[in-house]
Amino acid sequence: MPMIEIKDVSKWYGSFQVLTDCTTNVEKGEVIVVCGPSGSGKSTLIKVVNALEPFQKGNIVVDGITVNDPKTNLPKLRARVGMVFQHFELFPHLTITQNLTLGQIKVLGRSPDEAKTRGLKYLDRVGLIEQKDKFPGQLSGGQQQRVAIARALSMDPICMLFDEPTSALDPEMINEVLDVMVGLAKEGMTMMVVTHEMGFARKVANRVIFMDRGSIVEDATKEDFFGKPRSERAQQFLAKILHH
Amino acid sequence: MGAFDFGVIERSLGYLFKEGMTFTLTLTGLAAAGGIIFGTLLAMMRLSSHKWLSLPATAYVNLMRSIPLLLVIFWFYFLVPYIGAWIVGATRPIQVGAFASSVITFMMFEAAYYSEIMRAGIQSIPRGQVWAGYAIGLDYWQTMAKVVLPQAFRNMIPILLTQTIILFQDTSLVYVLSITDFLGAASKIAQRDGRLVEMYLFAALVYFLISFALSYVVKLLQQKIAIIR
Amino acid sequence: MNYNWNWKIFFEVSADGRHTWLTTLFMGLGWTLITALCAGIIAFLLGSALGVMRTTPSKWAVRLGNAYVEFFRNIPLLVQLFLWFFVLPELLPKGMGNSIKQMTPPWASFVPAVLGLGLFTAARVSEQVRAGIQALSRGQGQAGTALGLTLPQRYRYVLLPMAYRIIMPPLTSETMNLIKNTSVALTIGLVELTAAARSMQEFTFQVFEAFTAATAIYIVVNLIVVNLMRWLEKSIAVPGFIGPSVAGGGH
Repeated sequence: MPMIEIKDVSKWYGSFQVLTDCTTNVEKGEVIVVCGPSGSGKSTLIKVVNALEPFQKGNIVVDGITVNDPKTNLPKLRARVGMVFQHFELFPHLTITQNLTLGQIKVLGRSPDEAKTRGLKYLDRVGLIEQKDKFPGQLSGGQQQRVAIARALSMDPICMLFDEPTSALDPEMINEVLDVMVGLAKEGMTMMVVTHEMGFARKVANRVIFMDRGSIVEDATKEDFFGKPRSERAQQFLAKILHH
Repeated sequence: MGAFDFGVIERSLGYLFKEGMTFTLTLTGLAAAGGIIFGTLLAMMRLSSHKWLSLPATAYVNLMRSIPLLLVIFWFYFLVPYIGAWIVGATRPIQVGAFASSVITFMMFEAAYYSEIMRAGIQSIPRGQVWAGYAIGLDYWQTMAKVVLPQAFRNMIPILLTQTIILFQDTSLVYVLSITDFLGAASKIAQRDGRLVEMYLFAALVYFLISFALSYVVKLLQQKIAIIR
Repeated sequence: MNYNWNWKIFFEVSADGRHTWLTTLFMGLGWTLITALCAGIIAFLLGSALGVMRTTPSKWAVRLGNAYVEFFRNIPLLVQLFLWFFVLPELLPKGMGNSIKQMTPPWASFVPAVLGLGLFTAARVSEQVRAGIQALSRGQGQAGTALGLTLPQRYRYVLLPMAYRIIMPPLTSETMNLIKNTSVALTIGLVELTAAARSMQEFTFQVFEAFTAATAIYIVVNLIVVNLMRWLEKSIAVPGFIGPSVAGGGH
């Protein structure tokens, strides 16, 4: 059974359709990169997976649980799906350690000590253990994003969603975050990543999904996508972004 | 308590509106006009680089904003006759009358609040506008009058109107001087006929309807201005 | 000018025969502060609840909150106090109405004053709280949701802690407004500071001494409160945060 099943999903904002009949699967351990021009719906697609955004048509199943089923316990489901945002979204009034333990204590019900141990383990993993008592406002963008990844990991998720994780970073900090993500991929984490970083895709992606104007235009293996993309739109897009 | 007699409202409508509401609206209008003019002047003084202008203006605004309106009402009620005597040169405080006293009070008090609004408005106009004015040869007063103030005023109209709605409600405080504004009129009827519940409920309703309608108009105005920008 | 200045009046015994006028003024200040404090607690708790209600996804909660604010914002405070003092006891069932009417002064004035001021100020506080929550980026709420926090948890741990810090400046103005607005309760018999000054003026005819003292006391209270709030703002400030700011309202 695939980890994430997206079937015929459509979404409207009022009368404007932002997603049209999107269908794809993500198997356990797969790394999927979602790319496309702005306005293509790629961020929206990722946000409907953990029901951050509602959708009107179609079905999404995560680890056997139907997301759009009204009886589904969404907070419980979201606790198992990690998410990393473009603007990091650490909680500014909490220390780094508190950022890492909040979800563990309040959602997973872990004891404060256990939560702290686990959180600091992941903080060390992303290389920022000395920052544990600082506040997010005192860290750089790249550091904040790495903490955000550690925060998601502390919940021991079954899969991770990334919404343009490096788009808000200064160029010199992009690599420190991508390195963490590459490490995660190599360890077998199931990942769905919206990004423009094609170098990352080439390194660790299994498949690449190209979206345009709310539809999935291409859904190919990495080799196929970069070698001989089928759709003209994808070819244009690749040509543009691979040139700088 | 016996049954309520809401007919008392109908019987006193003429008095309530011809005497009471007329006073309230006149006071509001005069205080708003005078307050905005004086407030704009205060704002310009506060923004001036001359300390002998900015310090007194700042002190005045801060003073008015630190003390309750009721206290200011009492102050002016007693102070204005003495000031009048000093101006005219009389030996005894001159009679000013409740209406004149309250107009002066509200003008002077609200000016402090209007001045803060205008100050924000003036400061929001880019310095480039002032430089452009000087560059074509206008002096300070001409630049302010022809370039800066018209724009500042237009930008601040919704906030100025909102402050005027607050002023409209504040006029009810002249009650403490036994002046017959709308609330005062309602109160007089209430006490004369023993119909406090009916009259005060009606007064509340009227104030609510007028304030609500005006703030709705301000909201529409804000939307219109937002589109134009 | 025909005015007899007599600054020693403060030390003369007042109309009640027991306290000096200066003490009377300070007793008035005491009523001002205690009324403001009690009303402030109501305003803060109720206003926060309303502000939260107006930002939830529930349409009826938003409408209810908005209706409350519109009601209490469009009726003058003085009229609202009259409604509490004169009208409410008549509208309640006979038993409750009578027990209210039997309250002795000062409680007969204090209770309606606290309730009236509290509910009036709550409407304004709810505006600030709503603005503070809406000033936060949408991503903050989404990050909380993505972690699995429920709606109440999101408000408690993510949104409100930051919203309160953002709105400290307008909340300070609101506190000052509340203290000044206690003066309106003199019309329903509360002997707060302005009322005390007025009674001093009526008995001694030392108009300017009385009102100067009241003015000075209000100014000093103003300074103390502003500095207190500034200290509070500093002590809860988040290191490194330069976030959105929210403008204050009128008076």
